[in-house]
Amino acid sequence: MKKDYSLWSLFTKGLKHNEGWDPAWRSADPKPSYNVVIVGAGGHGLATAYYLAKEHGVRDIAVIEKGYLGGGNTARNTTIVRSNYLWDEATMLYEHALKLWEGLTEDLNFNVMFSQRGVFNLGHTLQDMRDIERRVNANVLNGIDAQMLDTAEVKRMIPILNTSKNARYPVLGASYQPRAGVARHDAVAWGFARAASKYGVDIVENCEVIGMDLAGGRIQGLQTSRGFIRAERVGCVASGHSSVLAKMAGIRLPIDSHPLQAFVSESMKPVLDTIVMSNAVHGYASQSDKGELVIGAGIDHYTSYTQRGSPHIIEHTAAAIIELFPIFSRVRMNRQWGGIVDTTPDACPIISKTKVKGLYFNCGWGTGGFKATPGSGNVFAHTIAKDDPHPLNKAFSLDRFSTGHLIDEHGAAAVAH
Amino acid sequence: MFVLFCPHCQEKREEEEFGYGGEAFRVRPSTPDTVDDETWGDYLFMRSNPKGWNWELWSHATGCRKFFVVKRNTATNAIAGSWTLAEGRKVYDAEGGAQ
Ligand SMILES: Cc1cc2nc3c(=O)[nH]c(=O)nc-3n(C[C@H](O)[C@H](O)[C@H](O)COP(=O)(O)OP(=O)(O)OC[C@H]3O[C@@H](n4cnc5c(N)ncnc54)[C@H](O)[C@@H]3O)c2cc1C
Ligand SMILES: [Zn+2]
Repeated sequence: MKKDYSLWSLFTKGLKHNEGWDPAWRSADPKPSYNVVIVGAGGHGLATAYYLAKEHGVRDIAVIEKGYLGGGNTARNTTIVRSNYLWDEATMLYEHALKLWEGLTEDLNFNVMFSQRGVFNLGHTLQDMRDIERRVNANVLNGIDAQMLDTAEVKRMIPILNTSKNARYPVLGASYQPRAGVARHDAVAWGFARAASKYGVDIVENCEVIGMDLAGGRIQGLQTSRGFIRAERVGCVASGHSSVLAKMAGIRLPIDSHPLQAFVSESMKPVLDTIVMSNAVHGYASQSDKGELVIGAGIDHYTSYTQRGSPHIIEHTAAAIIELFPIFSRVRMNRQWGGIVDTTPDACPIISKTKVKGLYFNCGWGTGGFKATPGSGNVFAHTIAKDDPHPLNKAFSLDRFSTGHLIDEHGAAAVAH
Repeated sequence: MFVLFCPHCQEKREEEEFGYGGEAFRVRPSTPDTVDDETWGDYLFMRSNPKGWNWELWSHATGCRKFFVVKRNTATNAIAGSWTLAEGRKVYDAEGGAQ
């Protein structure tokens, strides 16, 4: 049993030059069989394992990962957390996650550095403003802390934003969600890994799923690069690679995999204490605790698994950010990267049972699933443990693509992230 | 970033000139009124989304504005060729369809 982190442990380990900290989690070798195997050690997969153990008493669990823990989109995203979506189903799911974020550091005994610094979604045209107002009204009816701000109020809260009437993208106003924020992405993966590991969950890295054994319409186990692993139930949480896994079980998903890029600047003194997003110009920015500007771009339109996007996408976003924040024009950028995101036709996730008994999928989070990490794991754990969806993810089942009950968050949800 | 060859213009141009049109040669059910919801949903929404060679549609959006087909590897962005729809169909069929 790992000892809890505390002020006291920080002090005593500090006296010993911070030597002698135990590894945060146990990297395991795969056993021949498990009750539940989760495929993908990103935030969502690890959270699923944690809640399966904590809330549903499942003990015999493995999380298997083809690369290293948290090496997927979990550690490639711009960490924006918010719940100001348009439709009831989506709002409730993301709000469930936001409530869990608010207590996550204590729950996991791991500082995930969740910082509720608020998010602004800017409007640049009259139509933008109408859409924003509609969304804010919907949010308020759902009990979400959403507000409409006019140009002067936005300027007062973000002095460096270009709100001049002559701006290339005039700011007519914004929606504002004060409880939105950012979190330390690595810490989220590490925190869930550590907390799951404490419950005896095996975290198996460098173990790629390459095939699935089915018999009688049931999952029997997984062929992996480290041998066959028998499993009663399997939950796939593989973001951009979900279609590849689904194919192994003969399942088709309504998913396209696209590169999504982001970039960060050199560290600077604090200039931006909140998150600014603009759907119309495909750009959003915040400043990390290290002082870097964290800037996210839009997706590349073609499908790809290459984990790198085209430069013109970045160029477009950089140009828009400089129009919004002229003060950033000479900031030097340090790093740029891409992740493969799993987009769906209605920009909403799939958290679902499948036609194969014992096989579940949690995917389709696309450009915006980091914010959902704890909520997603929480309801997916319920779905697997009970073989029945949690009330919050019932509407996100795969069958909505034949019944037609899509939850159209495209465009409606302020911006894609 | 890659360069695509437009078989209509007979020109190699940068990716920015083109629009992506998704999976090529998908077949619309011939009797939409009578197929069941699953079949129709499959046609509307489900995608192969392969990691590897992909037969896909592109349009020369800021050029001749015509559609053509490309065989591209989604894991590497390597491009095997581009053809007009009719020519591409022949190559696709000769290969036995999408793998
Ligand atoms: C540039 C960028 C910016 C983003 N910005 C935001 C944002 O601001 N806010 C927000 O909410 N979301 C954002 N997102 C989206 C967010 O990152 C994802 O939706 C979320 O992190 C998905 O988490 P995950 O745990 O499901 O996926 P991942 O962290 O990708 O985990 C999936 C894991 O599955 C593993 N895997 C895949 N195939 C196999 C296999 N065959 N066998 C074993 N393991 C396998 C992968 O290696 C990977 O580690 C952004 C994404 C990107 C790329
Ligand atoms: Zn052309």
